Amino acid sequence: MIPATAVPRRRSLASRAVGEGSAVRRMDGVLLMAVGALCVLGTLLVWSSTRTWMSVEPTGLVKKHVLNLGIGAVLLSAVAMVEPHRLRAYAPVVYLIAMLALILVVTPVGTTVNGSHSWIMLGGGFAMQPSELAKPALVLLLGMLLAEPAEGTDRPRTLDLLLALAASGLTMALVMLQPDLGTTMVLSVITGGVLIFAGVRKRWIGVVAGAAVLGAGLVWSFGLLQPYQVARFTAFLNPASDPRGVGYNSTQALIAIGSGEVFGKGLFHGGQTTGRFVPEQHTDFIFTVAGEEFGFLGALTVIALLGVVLLRGLRIARYCEDRFSALVAAGIVCWFAFQMFINVGMTIGIMPITGLPLPFVSYGGTATFANMIGIGLLQAIHIKERSFAG
Amino acid sequence: MNRMRTRFVVLHVLVLSLLAVLSVRLWQVQVVRGPEFVAVATETRTRDVVVPAIRGQILDSAGRPLVRNRTGLVVSIDRTRLDRMPDAGDAVLKKLAAVLGSTPESLRERIRSCGPGVARPCWTGSRYQPIPVDDAVTTREALQILERQEDFPGVTAEVQAVRDYPGKTHAAQVLGYLQPVTQQELERRQGLKASYSGVDLVGRDGLEEIYDQALRGKSGLRRVQVDRMGKVIGVEQQVAPITGDTLITSIDAKVQAIVEKALEGAMQRSPQADGAAGVVLDVRTGRVIAMASMPTYDPSVWIGGISENEYQRLLSDKSGRPLVSRAIKGTFAPGSTFKVTSVSAMVKDGYPLNGTYDCPGAFMVGSRPFHNFRGIGLGPMNLHTALVKSCDTIFYRAAYEMWLRDGGMKPKPKPKDPMAAMSRAYGFGKLTGIDIPGESPGRIPDRYWKKNLWAATRATNCIRAKKGYPEVKDGNRAAFLKQLAYENCLEGFQWRAGDAANFSIGQGDVLVTPLQLANAYAALVGDGKVRSPRIAWALVRPDGTKVKEIVPPVIGKLPIDETTRAYIKNALSQVPSDGTAAGAFGGWPMNLVSIGGKTGTAEVYGKADTAWFASFAPTTKPRFVVVVMVSQGGMGGSAAAPAVREIYEGMFGFGKDHAPAALTEPAKRLPVIKPDGTVNR
Repeated sequence: MIPATAVPRRRSLASRAVGEGSAVRRMDGVLLMAVGALCVLGTLLVWSSTRTWMSVEPTGLVKKHVLNLGIGAVLLSAVAMVEPHRLRAYAPVVYLIAMLALILVVTPVGTTVNGSHSWIMLGGGFAMQPSELAKPALVLLLGMLLAEPAEGTDRPRTLDLLLALAASGLTMALVMLQPDLGTTMVLSVITGGVLIFAGVRKRWIGVVAGAAVLGAGLVWSFGLLQPYQVARFTAFLNPASDPRGVGYNSTQALIAIGSGEVFGKGLFHGGQTTGRFVPEQHTDFIFTVAGEEFGFLGALTVIALLGVVLLRGLRIARYCEDRFSALVAAGIVCWFAFQMFINVGMTIGIMPITGLPLPFVSYGGTATFANMIGIGLLQAIHIKERSFAG
Repeated sequence: MNRMRTRFVVLHVLVLSLLAVLSVRLWQVQVVRGPEFVAVATETRTRDVVVPAIRGQILDSAGRPLVRNRTGLVVSIDRTRLDRMPDAGDAVLKKLAAVLGSTPESLRERIRSCGPGVARPCWTGSRYQPIPVDDAVTTREALQILERQEDFPGVTAEVQAVRDYPGKTHAAQVLGYLQPVTQQELERRQGLKASYSGVDLVGRDGLEEIYDQALRGKSGLRRVQVDRMGKVIGVEQQVAPITGDTLITSIDAKVQAIVEKALEGAMQRSPQADGAAGVVLDVRTGRVIAMASMPTYDPSVWIGGISENEYQRLLSDKSGRPLVSRAIKGTFAPGSTFKVTSVSAMVKDGYPLNGTYDCPGAFMVGSRPFHNFRGIGLGPMNLHTALVKSCDTIFYRAAYEMWLRDGGMKPKPKPKDPMAAMSRAYGFGKLTGIDIPGESPGRIPDRYWKKNLWAATRATNCIRAKKGYPEVKDGNRAAFLKQLAYENCLEGFQWRAGDAANFSIGQGDVLVTPLQLANAYAALVGDGKVRSPRIAWALVRPDGTKVKEIVPPVIGKLPIDETTRAYIKNALSQVPSDGTAAGAFGGWPMNLVSIGGKTGTAEVYGKADTAWFASFAPTTKPRFVVVVMVSQGGMGGSAAAPAVREIYEGMFGFGKDHAPAALTEPAKRLPVIKPDGTVNR
């Protein structure tokens, strides 16, 4: 389908990307600006949290982060330019590639970082985390499988449903093998969200939920969880039980954020950040830097910006004309909403500690790419809608 | 699509409520509980390091250092960090021992806490403070430790001021020493806790203890930022320490050295001697110019922790307990040096000053004869000659007569006891109040004292009176002891005539310290006022500003008139030329510096005699009092007086070594410390 505003003359890729009537011009500006603001803030926070321990080159990691953001921006634009029906067609391929990558991880090709066997080293200091890419891949595949309702209803066909469950189950299983509990939870939330939006019968939802509980029970009883993962949950329930051990993270995170008070201590002036009291501060605990150095107002701004992203995503999802786009948009919103809530929640002591980065803010490579692809998908859907509306 | 719309509304609400939950919780953490977390953050992020002030110096009256500071690179171990290591720090100690040329075992010994069953070396301070294990490391060794902190967690090397004693053993007991603060001291002394840095030391004994507050200065504070590994990453706040005051003493380092040399010589000359003490006082001011006690030791043994052997040696009888100053804590019978109080008492009691008194070979005190020295009768004489020739029987008679007038064995309700009263007026039997700790009051026995002693010892004496001394092998001695116990049991409370007679010549139960005797003589030959002697002269800031001048307070006045004092002084002036000290002062240039004094030879039961010589110079207008005591030295004239002569020789420059005069008169003015800290001599 060629958009009405499309120009028949062949144009260069650059011109198509940013020129008159290009994809970028037709994107959701508010969403784009919110994401951009989060990325800028994130870069500053990554800089602040890494400058003290990158003794050789204090800005080394920031530079890498900016490079990642640049690659992410390109991915975002590229995905945004693809039309949703093409995305739908590519979905199985994308999914298969993601699954292959996940399988590759559990083979000796994969590398263990921070107790999680979820990396593939690419050489030259670059690494890839396939479980991150599994998120948009699963969203696309679920959207594709459940987009076509059964005859005369708006519910998906049972076969499609079973396929969807199998696909998501396979993904989660592979991720769990690494093991990566956080990503597994994100994947399950994505699955649940898309199923609910696809109008699956309540009893199916019940069955799936029951299966999830049963699965969790099996995982627990077979001791598939690592001791540290169990400890994280116990520590969440009672942080004082082990203030030097697992509870240390959440205690230090609370101290850092709390000590920022209303106005914060100013960028680069956070004593807790400078002293590196919070572990993994440039990745999973990046929000503590915002809390300490930018204070309540700054931290609230970060949450507000994330809120803008989510609400714009919802708005895009809501006005979709086709089911595939709506399901994909809803899945992406569920993904970001859950990940944001878990990440910020764990730093302020209302969620257990799980290794999930804060979207657009945390330092990361593959995670940044995945997030940007997610935004790209939303923008692609938005562009399509606008062309209908226009 | 309608159903889907509803679902979107639900998701919308869900997202909004998630955002709301986060915001509310954030408000609670950052705004409501913010101040609480700020406090916790400050606590986790900063460490307060108390920077000890440099301890003030102790100078002599000419501004020469008696105790100064040298900078030492001190290696300390933080035991709390070591204890947290899986191997309790064994690896670290092993590496450290290799650097310091020590053994891990000896390091381990130095950092263990002292306590019951733990022999030195051990750490007397708190286990939460860095424990110094070596205070004389080289720069290279320190750098090895500092540059490889990852290899030496819990070990630090820093420049610290370490006490230095240029005079080595000189005046060791006067100066005192430094030791880590014990927990009890911390709790007892107000203000110490706040200014205590964890590494600095507290003065023990001597001037270091008494003037600790002033010498200590005020510690500074450094609030440093640390990272989660405890590594210092910056300084948040800094208050510079204030160096302690410099203590200027009236001690003259040269005279002190001369006195110690003279005492050493005196002890060598008397084979049985087990200790000696010498005191030099400024007659007019009551300041101490020198004070020495033998045997002595080098106080630098305390620096950086003392070893068990060294510590036991300092405490043992075999080494003569060098920590104890015999000048203020040693109590001995004063012998004939005490007769100046007896003469004073006689005159005060109405005996004519210029009367003639018989000095027979023996005097019957009741039914028992009391003999002169060697039992020689010297015939009739005045009190002047009685002092010069040291006649005893004149004093026996006077004491006996006084005793009788007080009622003898049936004393009057308020006996006059003129001799005891006079000796107290001279300052005996009570503390002089000198500004170093550990002084002994000595003992002036009288009826009251005897009664108390009897009450305290009656039970044992009465048992002994019955059962005797079967464990004593010598039959005669056992019988003597049994008889003594019997008498003491029965009538030990009584102040008998013999007690009074013995008292009059400084024997029996009289005990004085060398300082008390010197102080009494200073009052006698000076202005008749008894002063509380002082070693400290002034406290000044390191830039020379005077903080406080210390003046020896007058604490009493001799109850005798000017004439009597002049008479006694006159008599004593003849002792070195014609009296009992003539032998020691043969050939002394009396025309240049005339010396007066009195010898004393006190008998000690079961031991050799205590030798005394109490002197002053010049006789016309006395400026110095010099007292020397040699415990178990023998005759005062031959054991103590030569040492006094040596001291005067050194002071006035008459020595065989032709050394220039060390001090011909006491320093009049404080040494001037210039603003840059140097001293104008």
